[in-house]
Amino acid sequence: MREDLEFAFALLMSGASIGLMYSLIALGFVLVYKATDAINFAQGEFVMLAGMIVVTVLGFQSPLIAAIAVVVMVMIGFGFGLEKVVLRPLLGRPVVAVIMATIGVAAVLRGWGPLVLGIETRALPLPIGDEPIHLGPATLPPIQALGAVVAVLFFVVFSWFFKKSRMGVAMRAVADNQQVAQAMGINVERYFALAWAMAGIVSALGGVIWGSMLGVDVQLALVGLKVFPVVILGGLDSIGGALIGGLIIGIVESLAAGYLDPYVGGGTKDFAPYVLMILVLMIRPYGIFGRRQIERV
Amino acid sequence: MFHRESGVFKTTYGADMALYPLPIAKWTIIALGVIFVGIVPFTVHEYYLSILNLIFIAIVGALGLNILVGYTGQISIGHGAFMSVGAYTAANLAVKLDLPFWLTLPAGGLMAALIGVVVGMPSLRIKGLYLAIATLAGQLIIEWTINRVPAISGGAQASIEVGRPSLLGFSFDTQGRLYFFLLFFAVLAIVATLNLVRSRIGRAFVAVRDQDIAAEIIGINIYRYKLLAFAISSFYAGVCGVLYTYYFGIANYEQFQLIVSIDYLAMIIIGGLGSVLGSILGAVFVTLLPIVIRILMENVGSLFFTAAEMANVISGLRLGVFGGLIIFFLIVEPEGLNRLWRNIRSYFRVWPFSY
Repeated sequence: MREDLEFAFALLMSGASIGLMYSLIALGFVLVYKATDAINFAQGEFVMLAGMIVVTVLGFQSPLIAAIAVVVMVMIGFGFGLEKVVLRPLLGRPVVAVIMATIGVAAVLRGWGPLVLGIETRALPLPIGDEPIHLGPATLPPIQALGAVVAVLFFVVFSWFFKKSRMGVAMRAVADNQQVAQAMGINVERYFALAWAMAGIVSALGGVIWGSMLGVDVQLALVGLKVFPVVILGGLDSIGGALIGGLIIGIVESLAAGYLDPYVGGGTKDFAPYVLMILVLMIRPYGIFGRRQIERV
Repeated sequence: MFHRESGVFKTTYGADMALYPLPIAKWTIIALGVIFVGIVPFTVHEYYLSILNLIFIAIVGALGLNILVGYTGQISIGHGAFMSVGAYTAANLAVKLDLPFWLTLPAGGLMAALIGVVVGMPSLRIKGLYLAIATLAGQLIIEWTINRVPAISGGAQASIEVGRPSLLGFSFDTQGRLYFFLLFFAVLAIVATLNLVRSRIGRAFVAVRDQDIAAEIIGINIYRYKLLAFAISSFYAGVCGVLYTYYFGIANYEQFQLIVSIDYLAMIIIGGLGSVLGSILGAVFVTLLPIVIRILMENVGSLFFTAAEMANVISGLRLGVFGGLIIFFLIVEPEGLNRLWRNIRSYFRVWPFSY
């Protein structure tokens, strides 16, 4: 009995920490959706690009902190540029066009990224050791703990940003109603670009942490597929939702892997989140915290 | 198709919807028929025939996706999975029950249609981006299921080998023979789609796409037509998957991954959403592009890359160029190659006296 409980606790802890790492990536997605109503199917590719840039910079014998600074700057620029070149011409077009454009961006990044920045899998070492952290009966790899801490940190910062800061309030206004926001003197285009740049920052750190955990190559982009269950569950436009959604998805994944894998021969980890997501879409498509503004048909 | 009109003289809806806009169009069809049935298969080298065969298969799939995305305005990122459903259904029937292709082909299509309707169910409650995510989930769940359930996937490597299709003792076993097999289904798909989109159903699809609320007010049952669009579209996808299976002689889930769904989306965006000719042009373009890239890289790229790197370089380039083209066409010419072709034609309609 006691061992069962300990097993469950260990699964919960590792699920929660992985889940928080999903939240980190989902945050980038939510920021863009919140401000611009655009769905970013390239979020995983953003993370891949960031990871690749970091290892490439590290390849020039530069210190880690410099590499992270570089990748944050580059990703901010990338976010600005992407908004200007791809998303702005599509303003006012059907939502399907924006979705396909971001799919196109994803394909471009996945195609050119490895060609320019290196195809082979590379390690991204972080100076945090690999001594596992003990939490009661559960043990966590330090990278997961770091990822969880960074995710919570971002959550706090962005919550404050949207609730209190002038820019954050303006951004919410833009998201709520573009025309009224414009009439109030808010530069809508600037805030659109800013949202993409913020997604760039989040992806940059996500790239460092996920790249350090999984190694950096094209496969890193697949982590983006896990973003969708997280944001659907939490609510597409809710930052808290991204955090809670990530936690739940991570725990569901970990419990499924722990309890179902022995019966079906493994791999439920990649399956359970999507089943949960379909259920949510059927029952409560706006998620736990999302605005109930879905157009029903 | 290739004739030059002197103007638009149609005065009735019937004339506007006719399959042959002018009597001369029949001659175009006959000429195309002679070229593709009588001349091409006997003069063209086997390698080029194999490319044509791939194009024929792609046309079937692109037409299906275009019915859903282009005509009905519902997005699907799960068409690769629908193809795999058709492919594995047909492969299992062909291997386990030894059924001929004229039974496995519709069976694969129907199975895909069934699954397509199930995946399309969320479209009744949600739309746009939510539907995109739901079909993405469908793609991943179907991929996973096929890969994990040995009863479907045939165990090791998740692949099933099937024999060549045969009819009345005649086996389509070479590229030249498969050519006729695939040409038949491509033409069938084209004619079926042309007739579908000018029928009551097709116009209902367009109405749902343009304004679903207005469509409901004029008496179109949106639920029924949305599900019907998913069913028809995934039927095409299933048939496309069956054709791939017979063409390669093997059903393998790796041929139908997420990337395939994106390839087909690229086809209809590049070709032109909501147009039959656009689907064909897109299928031709997207099938030829990687081949052109490969030839180009094999000739020029060997200066820069070693042979070992080449495979990665080619696949990366292909994906990158596709993505770039999707973005380019979405921004610059949302109606795709089809629109470019129409522009050329309307230019020549009044040429040389354009004023």
